[in-house]
Parts: sequence; structure tokens; C-alpha cells
Amino acid sequence: MSEQHIKLPEGSIEKTTTTLNLGPTHPATHGVMQNILELDGERVVSTEQTIGYIHRAFEKLAERRPLAQITTLTDRLNYCSSPINNMGWHLTCEKLLGIKTPKRVDYLRVIIMELARISDHLICNSIVGVDAGAYTGFLYVMQYRELIYEIYEEICGARLTTNMGRIGGFERNFNNIAFEKIEKFLREYPKVLKEFENLFQRNRIFMERTMGTGAISADRALNYGFTGPNLRAAGVDYDVRVHTPYSSYEDFQFNIPVGTTGDNYDRWLVREKEMWESLSIIEQAYQKVQDFKGAEAEIYHADVPEYYLPPKADVYTKMEALIYHFKIIMGETDIPAGEVYQAVEAGNGELGFYLVSDGGRSPYRLHFRRPCFIYYQAYEELIKGAMLSDAIMTMSSLNLIAGELDA
Amino acid sequence: MSLINDHIRQRLSEKFPEQLTGFEETYGMLSFEAPRDLNLKVLSFLYDDEELKFRFLTDLCGVHYPTQQEREIAVVYHLHNMVDNVRIRMKIFAPVSKPDVYTATGLFSAANWMERETYDFFGVNFVGHPKLKRILNVDEMDYFPLRKEFPLEDQTRIDKDDEMFGRG
Repeated sequence: MSEQHIKLPEGSIEKTTTTLNLGPTHPATHGVMQNILELDGERVVSTEQTIGYIHRAFEKLAERRPLAQITTLTDRLNYCSSPINNMGWHLTCEKLLGIKTPKRVDYLRVIIMELARISDHLICNSIVGVDAGAYTGFLYVMQYRELIYEIYEEICGARLTTNMGRIGGFERNFNNIAFEKIEKFLREYPKVLKEFENLFQRNRIFMERTMGTGAISADRALNYGFTGPNLRAAGVDYDVRVHTPYSSYEDFQFNIPVGTTGDNYDRWLVREKEMWESLSIIEQAYQKVQDFKGAEAEIYHADVPEYYLPPKADVYTKMEALIYHFKIIMGETDIPAGEVYQAVEAGNGELGFYLVSDGGRSPYRLHFRRPCFIYYQAYEELIKGAMLSDAIMTMSSLNLIAGELDA
Repeated sequence: MSLINDHIRQRLSEKFPEQLTGFEETYGMLSFEAPRDLNLKVLSFLYDDEELKFRFLTDLCGVHYPTQQEREIAVVYHLHNMVDNVRIRMKIFAPVSKPDVYTATGLFSAANWMERETYDFFGVNFVGHPKLKRILNVDEMDYFPLRKEFPLEDQTRIDKDDEMFGRG
């Protein structure tokens, strides 16, 4: 570490405020990030956020990779809901390549994305509880995150960094165990969520800790580029799933919960209500998937041989399959030139992919619009004048994920 | 009353005749190029205009085109009108030798870190930015890593032969 990081400011011996280094590795930051807080007693006077501790240069790496190999990079953005990032990336590629996915693929994707949203919100909301001193809820709902991860495991074989799906669909159809586990989740989770809600929602201590802290007005939130639950808590009903539907979200009935004050309590409530909406979307999508009969019920990818790996048996027996297999594996397929921007509603808000292609094999430039990175700059404004303990709560209720901050 | 791309284009051309160029519509999004010194004027016109109302800065990033003389660095703004739900893309180009661009932080607080990120990776000097310093990379770094002159792989490696795959 260079001396710049530890240099004491001028006259620091005589000063009346305390400088506190919160992070980079502190249990309350829930990730690798640093906050240099200036405290007057327990009040926060100012703060400086330092990020970049797990910067992995994904945008640079993406410039040498074929499209399919970039999916693994997107896993590691918001690692609490990797499938949403994966699907967002596939949607971006499909938009550039002009691929139309079958309805069944869209619905399967919706199931997975909503499961991921639940697991994301569930972690965030229970961590807010932990930071307020209520550990029970966290341990209780963790079982159901485990169940969600088991569903991922049935579908793609991985749990955290899922690399789920391919351009055009999924690598294999959902098996029966996956559907059984989704059913089990739909059956059991509402009861658990209700109990989790009972623990917090009208809990006097929790309400007094969260209400009125870390508040932001709708106007400021928009100016700061807030999206997702944090923006909706301030009262703006902006949701990418409704405004620019992707993956057939227009086929589903759901509400967008909004708050009014934009404080920690409203953020918690919006996430809580969104989990109920997600549950209802999963139920609808599951029903729609069950309604496919015969050959239609076997469709799990679009017909795009240039980008979708052929079955292994064909690779050994058919010439075209062998050629496509080779080209995909070696990343030899040229992608069309063009510029696309595709956004999806990730756990934290609008996750955007800006892809510039010059007609080569990998993107000329890929930029991730990470919602976390954009709204974390408002943190200083949110906690100015607040108590240190409220600053901690605000940090966790914003749902900062270090992977998404740093890319 | 929904806003269509042709109308946005017409409004912009009325206000800035002959200054905005490169209008195109790719994948449904209107995209255009503004002169470097007019970026703030165009942004605030888009922000304030009664009809256009592009008041949400979705994204700001840089792109490096080393082959374009005197316009090597592009700064790309994605703006969103949330009332009519329309997005547009504005680009400005700056020479790599003197990449000075006016900051948009006065208009959008969100631009603060996005501009720091663009400075960090492309070296764009945002004139008037309140605190233009590196954000993701270490402060001591003396180059701008996303520029194209920095290849991703070590070019001195001799254990790999890519000739057969057209990457030679």
C-alpha cells in the first residue's frame, strides 16, 4: 500500500472529529469496499467511498472473448442473482443477432429470473435484519435460498456462478426434479415469507431503526440514476420488466410495489412485496410451461446453429454439426456489426449491456451499466448527519454487491 | 402523445441546425453525434425541453477507436425519457492527444462516478468535474487500460501458436 492511503490530514492531531475506516474487510460492509467516515461523536459528518478492491477488468476481458464465453463474466457481477445477469447477456446477444426465442424458452427464463430475484431480495432483506440485530430471520430464510440453489443445480449444474443458458435458450431441458423442486418452492415458500414478514414488518424495534433513515426524495433518486427497488421505494414506478418488456414479461400480470419516503423501511417493504409478486409470476409462468403439450413441451432453445452447440451425437456423425461445433468452441463465428443496448431488471435495478461490435469475433467494446455502481455514489448524501448505526443499515438496505460495484 | 424518433430528430435539428450529425436508428434506438464543445448545450436542451424531457442519465461510457484521426475517443451517453419511455444515444468524439470534454455532473449527479470511470479507463478529461480521480484502478496507475493499445494477452508469449485460427 502506498503512503497516499495512510497519510493523515493536516492538523489531524488537533481536530475534533474522528476518522473511521469502515472496511475494506469489515463484517458490516458485506463485501470488499471501504468507507472513510468522518465522525462527530456518533454523527456522520462526511464520508468518502473507495471502491475497486475486486475490480477484475471484465470489460477488457470481454474484448477478446467470443460471445458465449462472456456469460461466465456476467455471473460474477451481482453474484446473488447470477441467472438474471446471464439471461440479460443472452438477451443482448439475441438482440444483436436478431434471434427470436420460442415462448417456452421465455417462460422458463422468467421462472429462473424471478427465482433469482427472490434469492437476491431475500438476502438483502434478511441482512438488513442482521444489521439491526435480528439474526433469526436470516437463518430461517436461508433454507429457501438453498432450495433455489438446488433448482439452479438441477438446471445447469452450478449454484452460485451459474453460467446458465446459452444464446437462444438453455443447454438442456428442465428435468422432472427441477420442476418438482419449483413446485415445492411454490408450495412452501409463501408460508416462510409470511413468517419472515411477521418477524419484521410491524416489529417496533425494526421500524424505529429503519423509518426515516437513509431517505432520498424521488427527484434526487432519479438525478442520481437510481433504478430498481431503491428507486421504487422513493415512489417512482419504473420497472424495466413493464416499461421495456423482454423475455415475454408482457404476458404476465403483476404489480409494481412503490414506496413513498425512500427510506430504509420503504426499501425493505418494496423488496418484500416484490418477492410476493415474483412468486405470483413464477406460478403463472409455471402454469404456462405446463400448458405446452407434445412436441412443443420439448422446446428449450431457438434454432440457431451458428451459436447453439449441436448435440454431441450429431457432432460425430454429421458434417454441419461438426463444423458448427468447432466454430463455436473455437470462437470463430463473426458477429454482425452494430451497437445494442439491452437492459434487464436485475435484483438491484436496471442492468444494462452496451455492446459495440465491429463485425469481429468478440465485442469491440462491452460496457456493463451496473445499478449498484451508479447508486452507491448517493451514499454520502443519504447518511450525512445520520448516526453511525444508521449508516450501516443504509449500506445494507441499498444492497451493495461488491462484484457489481467493481465489474 | 408518445414521442417518436423522427420527432426527436426534428426537434434537435431545429435547435441545432447542421451541428448534430450521424443520425441513425439502430435496433430501435435513435443515435446521433454532437460536437465536443456542444455536449452540455445539447444535454441541457434535451433535459429542459417541454417535449423531449430526457431527464435520466442511464449510462455514460467511453469507446476507443484508434484508427479515427483526431476523434479517437468517443464518449457515449444513453439518455432516457421516463415519461414517454424513449431512449436515445448521444456520442461525442475527442482527440486522444487532448481529450477534454465538459462534465455533465451539473445536470446529473449520476454522471459523477460514471465520468470518473471513463477517466479511469480512457483518460477522458472531464472539464469542471468536482473530483476527477481514478475509481476502480489504483491511484498510482499511469496509463488508461481500456484503450486499444493495451492488448489483453502478453504478446511476447511464444508457447501459443494462433496462426491456424486466423488470429496470427
